[in-house]
Amino acid sequence: MTGMTGMTGMTGYTADEMMTVAAARALKDGMTCFVGIGLPSAAANLARAAHAPNLVLIYESGTIGAKPDRLPLSIGDGILADTADAVISVPEIFNYWLQPGRIDVGFLGAAQIDRYGNINTTVIGGDYASPKVRLPGAGGAPEIAASCREVIVIVRQSRRTLVEKVDFVTSVGYGDGPGTRERLGLRGSGPKQIITDLGVLTPDPETCEFTMTAIFPGVTGETVRDRTGWEVRIAAEPETVDPPSAAELQALRGFQATR
Amino acid sequence: MYRGANAHDGSHMAEIVSLAEAISRAVRDGDTVAMEGFTHLIPFAAGHEVIRQGRRDLTLIRMTPDLIYDQLIGAGCVRKLIFSWGGNPGVGSLHRFRDAVEHGWPRPLEIEEHSHAGMANRYVAGASGLPFAVLRGYAGTGLVEETDTIKPVTCPFTGEALMAVRALNPDVAIVHAQQADRHGNVQMWGITGVQKEAVLSSERAVVTVEEIVDSLAPRPGAIVLPAWTVSYVAHVPNGAHPSYAAGYTDRDNDYYVAWDAIARDRDTFGAWLAEHVLAGAAA
Repeated sequence: MTGMTGMTGMTGYTADEMMTVAAARALKDGMTCFVGIGLPSAAANLARAAHAPNLVLIYESGTIGAKPDRLPLSIGDGILADTADAVISVPEIFNYWLQPGRIDVGFLGAAQIDRYGNINTTVIGGDYASPKVRLPGAGGAPEIAASCREVIVIVRQSRRTLVEKVDFVTSVGYGDGPGTRERLGLRGSGPKQIITDLGVLTPDPETCEFTMTAIFPGVTGETVRDRTGWEVRIAAEPETVDPPSAAELQALRGFQATR
Repeated sequence: MYRGANAHDGSHMAEIVSLAEAISRAVRDGDTVAMEGFTHLIPFAAGHEVIRQGRRDLTLIRMTPDLIYDQLIGAGCVRKLIFSWGGNPGVGSLHRFRDAVEHGWPRPLEIEEHSHAGMANRYVAGASGLPFAVLRGYAGTGLVEETDTIKPVTCPFTGEALMAVRALNPDVAIVHAQQADRHGNVQMWGITGVQKEAVLSSERAVVTVEEIVDSLAPRPGAIVLPAWTVSYVAHVPNGAHPSYAAGYTDRDNDYYVAWDAIARDRDTFGAWLAEHVLAGAAA
């Protein structure tokens, strides 16, 4: 993996490892999961190795039930096709599998995500025609975010990534609040967790605004506020999260060593 | 508008020719060209031949522009890009694409941007001889405002609000496959992406192949393109590198990682292009 942040220091694991492990734990055995590349793919593969052997990994390249024994660099590495239950075309993966709502969880990354869980992977700064930073774009994400039964987002937390309002809505979370998804006819229930290197944010059941409801060991509320681009609310009693187990770390590092 | 796939030169069967001849006969300045291959089977060698032949003002279509279009954009061949995800998979940015959008170098790049689901459906419509496709997509996204080939549509039966996307009918599709036989029938397997739809939606099609065999042995899950849907077949072993051809070559992930530093800088890219593409003219 590239861009590992944090030091192992006294804890024996990095903030990125804690994030990936927490994201993996959110995936339950037997679920069907549409996997984005990068952090989501690492977490989904860890889940399958650690506690969810029957997790069905679906990649937009048309590989259903992929069982890679090393982390793929892209969503179309040969190891995904070689180990899949079925390999189908790209129109089919989107039209027959994602669109009708067959998939339990969509697992996405983000360049920016806002307080209502809207994702930007298109442009930052300037305007659309002449942006300051041109990002890769939508890929499969808009329809994954619309059609999976629920969505989990994994992103490193900073004021650049967790913003008050995204510069461009590539994939819709809760729009501008309650009722937006229904009005737009989006059939999935939307983002249920944003998992970061500091903890987990979940949507307020009434306002849909993301609130810090779990904080990782050693992380302070001050750090959370410093690294969030809006006046983030922190639950009165945030859930505690177990640090990565030796088995989880071994599985994760094993994947990373083989890439 | 649908013009009927592969109406080349009045002939209905693929001709087996050299790569240089295939590209020079199929691709003209100003053409709309779709080089498809979803991570797998990306027709890199053919893309490099387009650069060597100095084609200009192309409108390039690809779901994932990938390194191949980063190279064509940096080489100045491209006027407009129609796409849905322009990154280096698992690595980061496509720096030549970014430089063109952010700074207009080496020339301004017009873009027409979709999601994967939208692009896939645009090819399906094109291959089907329909003017548009319909899907559940884009609702609430900024793409609806920026892209005029996305329009809301109402289901005539249920009244449901859906989205229409305009068909794609490229002048030329270029794909890479594992095998062709001596008649020009083509077989590809593994991750086959949107290549069948790209070929069937296009007026002309060029297929580069790893191997030419006496007869195609049927393979489970394979796509077969009959010779009369293909204009030109060229034998180009390893023609997908650094992408791959399942059963023949592996994806060169180190190349994708190394590309980041090469493409980041205009001069480094220029030197790479001169050494690895332009100098290969005789090959």
